[in-house]
Amino acid sequence: METVIEKTNVNVDIEALRKEIIKEENIVFKKTIGLTDNPLSYCPGCGHGVVHRLIGEVCEEMEIIQDVIAIAPVGCSVFAYDFFNLDTQSAAHGRAPAVATGVKRTMPDKYVFTYQGDGDLAAIGTGETIHAANRGENITIIFINNGIYGMTGGQMAPTTLLNMKSSTSPYGREMDVHGYPLNITDMIAPLRGVCYATRQSVHTPANVRKAKAAIKKAFEYQKLKKGLSIVEIMSNCNSGWKMTPVQSNKWMEENMLENFPLGDIKVPQDK
Amino acid sequence: MKGNEAIAEAAIRCGCDAYFGYPITPQSEILEYLALEDPYNKRSGMVVLQAESEIAAINMVYGAAGCGKKAMTSSSSPGISLKQEGLSYIAAGELPCLVVNVSRGGPGLGSIQPGQADYFQSVKGGGHGDYRLIVLAPNTVQEQYDFVDLGFELAFKYRNPVLILSDGAIGQMMEKVVLTPQKDRSVTLPSWATTGKTPDRERNRIFTLNIETDVQENHNRKLQAKYKVVEENEIRYQEFKTDDAEYIIVAYGISSRICMKTIQLAREKGIKLGMFRPITLWPFPKQKLFELSKNVKGIFAVEHSCGQMVEDVELAVKNNTPVKFYGRSGGVIMTPQEVLLFIESEMNK
Amino acid sequence: MKNEEILIAGYGGQGVLSMGKILAYAGLMQGKEVCWMPSYGPEMRGGTANVTVIVGDEQVNSPIITEYDTVVILNKPSLDKFEKTVKPGGKLFYDSNGLPYPPSRKDINIYHIPAAQETVKIGNPKIFNMVVLGGLFKKLSAVDANYVEAALKKSLPERAHKLIPLNLEAFYKGADILEVIYEL
Repeated sequence: METVIEKTNVNVDIEALRKEIIKEENIVFKKTIGLTDNPLSYCPGCGHGVVHRLIGEVCEEMEIIQDVIAIAPVGCSVFAYDFFNLDTQSAAHGRAPAVATGVKRTMPDKYVFTYQGDGDLAAIGTGETIHAANRGENITIIFINNGIYGMTGGQMAPTTLLNMKSSTSPYGREMDVHGYPLNITDMIAPLRGVCYATRQSVHTPANVRKAKAAIKKAFEYQKLKKGLSIVEIMSNCNSGWKMTPVQSNKWMEENMLENFPLGDIKVPQDK
Repeated sequence: MKGNEAIAEAAIRCGCDAYFGYPITPQSEILEYLALEDPYNKRSGMVVLQAESEIAAINMVYGAAGCGKKAMTSSSSPGISLKQEGLSYIAAGELPCLVVNVSRGGPGLGSIQPGQADYFQSVKGGGHGDYRLIVLAPNTVQEQYDFVDLGFELAFKYRNPVLILSDGAIGQMMEKVVLTPQKDRSVTLPSWATTGKTPDRERNRIFTLNIETDVQENHNRKLQAKYKVVEENEIRYQEFKTDDAEYIIVAYGISSRICMKTIQLAREKGIKLGMFRPITLWPFPKQKLFELSKNVKGIFAVEHSCGQMVEDVELAVKNNTPVKFYGRSGGVIMTPQEVLLFIESEMNK
Repeated sequence: MKNEEILIAGYGGQGVLSMGKILAYAGLMQGKEVCWMPSYGPEMRGGTANVTVIVGDEQVNSPIITEYDTVVILNKPSLDKFEKTVKPGGKLFYDSNGLPYPPSRKDINIYHIPAAQETVKIGNPKIFNMVVLGGLFKKLSAVDANYVEAALKKSLPERAHKLIPLNLEAFYKGADILEVIYEL
């Protein structure tokens, strides 16, 4: 309604203006066709949206949208099936690698990836993660690590740092009580079924570009039937950490990356 | 052929695409038989995979079923409990699949001998939320075989999980089986399946979350409407010597086999005893049982549990005639004679 | 013909279950209705194994029965437990090896198969159950002994088929050594 009033007041032809501005030569950014037009439900400043975009772009650039089946988890990204413009199944909490196994085994020519958070993959789904990896399921796991349960309101995750506060560790994570942060990507990387394990982040534009390259690589290895590939992506949870987006990215760099160092952990050995 | 082997052979022959299993007594022969037959390489191309847990197995079924494939799993009571989460999701997501429970004595780890104490779990829900499984109860090895194909047919017809509720006795015994010819695995997949989004259609989504309460309620209404159609069309039962019966046993699975002998012994003594055997435990054949109960002096619900199916029998019979329960549990198998003794004592009361 | 209800009982390792399987397969080959039910219930404890085989022309009703037309007894626990389950007028087969006392009933037919002794003579413990089966078949009316070879082919894995002649030899030996102890 507001826009209608503006339109009459300004007394210019908005449509003509729009045509004037939106021209091929003026376009500097375009949303990938790998994503739908649904507005993302993530908090402003959260890394999930960036990773969604990267996956959509990779699918578009590789021209494989018609060959991808995505598995969404339970957690903040539970609605991923509404954001990816891909055929998608939504798995029960932690079960995405098992669901992906069922898909890949019966649809071996498709690209299959799971999109999972740290609670989903490293706590309730540990068994499914390890065994899918150990079987060398030819799938890709995109693992978003923000050290916290975001959706349920910022509870402690297996990846929560020592002394880090969460709603279920309000005085900070204590080793004596809660144990240590679990580094699951390093844990499964030595398994022979895993071909590619890497840790990336999306807190700076340079890291975003690297993360995208890693996702692409993982999909390429899947095409070559090399086994399971896991791309862990460190991301902020500004709401859960109770910080501004900028603060949270800074905090991540200063604190999280020490426990979860970036870079390739395992790459395929070509024979 | 053993009851468990019949399930495995039927799976291959009916064109099943994938079986995901996990060992548990007394049904491990299903996975063992499939592993030995190696249908993926040697027969129909069916995938056979031993999962890391029953939970993983049912979720693999979820994934394959979401792609429109004919997928199944099997287990025994404790393992079936672990699958309930997955079954709730599969029912909610309206995915067709087949689950076999070769049940044993419970609760807990219970015993490894046959039991029928999973009746409530099978027909009243099991997992969370308002949903139903179509439940088939075989009482011969031939039916174990036949119900695999029938189960998949019903599963795809209604986009609903189907459960074969068998027991350790039917699973372990050997009987004659008439095999059917090998069917091809389906090459055309349903339009709703996740097969990769092509430009000519919208993306397909398999999901079970409806944050908007009215959307969830509408989904529930849709499910309930479907269940009503199932109730109207898919009721199956068998009558055994009910024509002139003055007393009727209601029993399914191994209990119904034992009671056939009880009836033989009773008739040798001049007692007019017959049997009504529900084949679909859900939908329960309540209308037919209601009709039958009008003309008899008493009904005996006989099962290997502490009294589960008897509740559905009472609901069906209403107050037409007295309903008495006889059961053994924990894996103890009743004998035809003890059932007869119970019936005679009740008749003389 | 009315179904014959048979129980074979002994120790695990005596080939009880496979003996039942060959018997069931022989009935199957002859076109009979058959049901094979391995021991289920408390009698499994204590290392004993038993199997029920029901064979005949009628549809088999209960695989769980408490009285049998024919019982084969191969150890003491089975003698104590199952001698009384033979229907009056029925048949009891036993091997006296390891039995401190013989069966004592006078209302049933009793046959002795000295199978363990014969097995030692032949020198291959694996064919013990075939000797027993040979003795059983001599007095069995439900199934024709001519179908046993086909049953062996069906129940043994392909790689064991070369052992069929040896098994058949033991089977016929069992028929030869059967002793009638008591016949009604």
